[in-house]
Amino acid sequence: MTTDTDTLRQTWLARVADAPDAPALEEVRLAALGKKGEIALLMRELGRMTPDERQTRGAALNRLKDEIDAALRARRAALEDAALDARLAGEWLDVTLPGRPRPQGTVHPVSQVMDEVTAIFADMGFSVAEGPQVESDWYNFDALNIPPEHPARQEHDTFFMARAPGDDRPPHVLRTHTSPVQIRAMQAQGAPIRVIAPGRVYRMDMDQTHTPMFHQVEGLAIGRDISMANLKWTLEEFCRAFFEVDKVELRFRASHFPFTEPSAEVDIRCDWSGGQLKIGQGESWLEILGSGMVHPKVLQAGGIDPDEWQGFAFGMGIDRIAMLKYGIPDLRAFFESDLRWLRHYGFAAGDVPSVSGGLSR
Amino acid sequence: MKFTLSWLRDHLDTTATLTEITDALTDLGLEVEEVVDPAARLGAFTLARVLQAEQHPDADRLRVCRVLTDEGERQIVCGAPNARAGITVVLAKPGDYVPGIDLTLGVGKIRGVESHGMMASERELELSDEHTGIIELPADSAGAEVGRKYVDWLAANQPDRIDPMIHIKVTPNRPDALGVRGIARDLAARGLGTLKPLLMHPVAGMFDSPIRVSIAPDVIDRAPHFTGRLIRGVTNGPSPAWLQQRLRAIGLRPISALVDITNLFTFDLNRPMHVFDAGKVAGNLVVRGAAAGESLDALDGRTYDLRPGDLVIADDHGPESLAGIMGGEASGVTEATTDVFLESAFWQPIGIAATGRALRINSDARYRFERGVDPAFTRPGLELATQMILDLCGGTPGHVVEAGAAADHARAFRLDPDRTRRLVGMDIPADTQRQTLAALGFRMDGDLAHVPSWRPDVHGEADLVEEVARIASLSRLQGQPLPRPRAGVPQPVLTALQRRESAARRTAAALGYNECVTYSFIDAAAAALFGGGADAVRIENPISSEMTHLRPDLLPGLLIAAARNQARGFADLALFEVGPVFSGGEPGNQALQLSGLLVGFSAPRDPHRSRRPVDLYDARADAEAVLAAIGAPARAQIDRKLDGWWHPGRAGNIALGPNRLASFGEVHPRVLRTLDVKGPAVAFTISIANVPLPKSRTPTRPALSISDLQPVDRDFAFVVDERVEALALVNAAQGADKALIESVRVFDEFTGDKAQAQMGPGKKSIAITARLQPRDRTLTDAEIEAVAARIVDKVGKATGGTLRS
Repeated sequence: MTTDTDTLRQTWLARVADAPDAPALEEVRLAALGKKGEIALLMRELGRMTPDERQTRGAALNRLKDEIDAALRARRAALEDAALDARLAGEWLDVTLPGRPRPQGTVHPVSQVMDEVTAIFADMGFSVAEGPQVESDWYNFDALNIPPEHPARQEHDTFFMARAPGDDRPPHVLRTHTSPVQIRAMQAQGAPIRVIAPGRVYRMDMDQTHTPMFHQVEGLAIGRDISMANLKWTLEEFCRAFFEVDKVELRFRASHFPFTEPSAEVDIRCDWSGGQLKIGQGESWLEILGSGMVHPKVLQAGGIDPDEWQGFAFGMGIDRIAMLKYGIPDLRAFFESDLRWLRHYGFAAGDVPSVSGGLSR
Repeated sequence: MKFTLSWLRDHLDTTATLTEITDALTDLGLEVEEVVDPAARLGAFTLARVLQAEQHPDADRLRVCRVLTDEGERQIVCGAPNARAGITVVLAKPGDYVPGIDLTLGVGKIRGVESHGMMASERELELSDEHTGIIELPADSAGAEVGRKYVDWLAANQPDRIDPMIHIKVTPNRPDALGVRGIARDLAARGLGTLKPLLMHPVAGMFDSPIRVSIAPDVIDRAPHFTGRLIRGVTNGPSPAWLQQRLRAIGLRPISALVDITNLFTFDLNRPMHVFDAGKVAGNLVVRGAAAGESLDALDGRTYDLRPGDLVIADDHGPESLAGIMGGEASGVTEATTDVFLESAFWQPIGIAATGRALRINSDARYRFERGVDPAFTRPGLELATQMILDLCGGTPGHVVEAGAAADHARAFRLDPDRTRRLVGMDIPADTQRQTLAALGFRMDGDLAHVPSWRPDVHGEADLVEEVARIASLSRLQGQPLPRPRAGVPQPVLTALQRRESAARRTAAALGYNECVTYSFIDAAAAALFGGGADAVRIENPISSEMTHLRPDLLPGLLIAAARNQARGFADLALFEVGPVFSGGEPGNQALQLSGLLVGFSAPRDPHRSRRPVDLYDARADAEAVLAAIGAPARAQIDRKLDGWWHPGRAGNIALGPNRLASFGEVHPRVLRTLDVKGPAVAFTISIANVPLPKSRTPTRPALSISDLQPVDRDFAFVVDERVEALALVNAAQGADKALIESVRVFDEFTGDKAQAQMGPGKKSIAITARLQPRDRTLTDAEIEAVAARIVDKVGKATGGTLRS
């Protein structure tokens, strides 16, 4: 009996091992384990046996059946592997061909730097205010303590909007600075207030270093006791964060703006040696912005009582600080939309500046 | 404002160096723009003596000299006719840079003879244009020993020749600093020396002036004070060398003694004056407004047609001078002038500025009067100038004639020493603050500061603080932390619209578009193509003919940019801009837009056949991606109420009823042709503010409702008329069973000649797939068939479509 199943095992395992492909293997399976296969026929004979015989013989046949089944599966897997290997051996693509093209979009440096400036000042509690770019001369000048006919007004190189015949109002202007947003923000929010106002401004000037449109960001902080020393700290913190250096040194120089008093122009310590700008070291000073304590008349124009409230304001050129930070040489190119320039100086869509993740890569 | 160091020293007794002075000026708010220090480029040159000069063996005009220098005897070949034994000369050695010839010297060989340096001419050292010979120090010159630095010798013997020139930028609030004395006063207050007293010597008149002056009553508010004086018997030749030198140093051309004197007072004391040739003045002088039709031939050689009311000084002939701006040619002084009428008057700034601007006439006088000269110095200025005329030109002074009186400038503000600390954040002792103001000319009455007449800018307490802080130096300011408005994590600060602008921008960039920033103004023709160009958005004074109108849309700027890039050889472009567009010329007629423009092909040629022309479905997909990024509802309608710059059949709007969120499609070929863009070109424009904000803002998402039951997809192909829109089919199918049909999608369109051959003329086929999502139990075949039948029925009713057989 044992000999019998041993022989069967050897015979069938040999046939399984010898099956050359999947159809041959299936034939072997049917011949061994199919309904009319040899093992099934042997199983059928069990009914004519004594209970003892049946028990022994049945168990042996079941073991044999399992063994053949396992061998069949293993052989099938081996055949499939071999077939896959054979197929893969013929499958070859030139992986050095380029991938399918994906367009590479970019964010303009002006937008990127506005986002950087916003991230820094938002962390210091400044919100973002906006105002119209066509302004009345009251918001652009009078409210900022620049009376008509004052030479300071002429120095602004203002663009005026055409006036229809019969319309005797003073002509509106294209705002020459972002400062009118100060007035609008104060009127809308009152004190205390902390805002920055980035945006387009316009001056009638076009040469190597000037374009008739450029970008500024205005800052305004009004409180009970906000002083010029707070202004200096705020700007130091801003410059340190914006230029991504460990320390900066600012120099305040007395100056004059009609809307602030005292007024200061602010220089930053820098080094130009080697043709590359390094902020925070060296022996040179670079003017980066104008600032001061908001003039009492300007507070009044904004509807805020200067006897109760005081604070600072500043304004700086966004294009200019973008040029300084990113080493962009020519202002005019900002607005020429040369694809090569946009790709070279632009930023990836995902490079969203944040205080936690850093401003630039 | 330009001046020289020696000029400053006329007013300031100081031992400060040039660098100390220029540093202080910049710090005080008188920003130094340029310093020209002749000594800086002369530092290398030393004195030497020619011991022997012999004829060059091979050149008639050259001499070979033995020269004694601080480094012993040297041989120098020299071509100057005055090179001879015994003279003291200025030596440039090999290695020295000679500015006048822009050359660093080496040891040379001239016609075979070695030359170790050169003896310089004045032109070679940029001291003058003199080049007929080398510099030769006077024989009896003191301290001219060999080896001494030439600059030191100049400083001791001819200081004017190396007088440093300083150019400062004066802000409009500081007219007092438009005179050297005002600058000296600031420096003295800073502690850089002592302000010298200005000695006043009123000049006694010797006769009554035959020329009288008056001010017309209607202009007295603009011309409150006029003083004048006739001086007879003057000689108006060239002014003395010191005066000419001083004017030349600041870039003025000396003219004659009388004119030079008035120019000197303009820059020295910020006191512009005018001199009339009294012999050419007919009758008396009157200050009045110009009458209609009057004109003036001015000293600049131009004729000005005066506006009625422009302030003039007139005689019986008419206007002789444009008050406070420029004198007239007819009554100007010449070398032949013997009787001169000197005018010193005060003019209110606003009138001067208005006239100067209207007539486009600039002068040093206008510049000063429109900023404000010292109203109390009208008469003293006249006296000082009289004295100088008498000193330089001789003559006999008449009595002063005067009309009006000095405008009242008296005002006082209380100095609150603590306010300096509160406003600026600097601790400055109260005594120091009072001393500072006193040094600036404020008359202190306790803490009450009376403003000096030359400071029209001081109008309140804050101005006093500014002066104190400025003189103390803002460089001493130490930063003080500005606490956050509330403790803890900062709150978000951007408005919803600001966040949307940023999200829209970064989505467009992520879709492959390059962001442009183009000018807000474009030319009239381009604006007109996009529904703009009206007079309301016209700029009165455009800087170029390409920038005359505010843009009505972002697309013209992008199309113009595309044309420029195509001209540079970049044919395939994806550009976008986010920015304001203008519907009118009033503040607020402004809206935020995002436009994207695709031109040419979707990709470069590549092995994967990725290249295909861009089409409107690219633009639509990108528009929808940006809309989704800024929270627009997913199911907006599409309409064809198109603006004129879109292709009439190949563009559409995405809208919520009448509220248009976006437009997309092909740009009208006529627009492309006009703006010189080679197509295809498709674009989209999004009106960011039109996208409705969510009614309530909550971070919580609605509960997710999903079914475990298998969805069933059924496909349908309908035959419809050619111009039936797919969206009509989709909407109809969707309506067949709102509960069961989860989505309907178009998956094929069969159109064109082949389609018409199969389905009949004017027909096309659209294939859709509907996904049925059972909720509570598996659908039976009968139920599925019933829904399918309803879809066919609905589509048929809505579009006339039938199932394709």
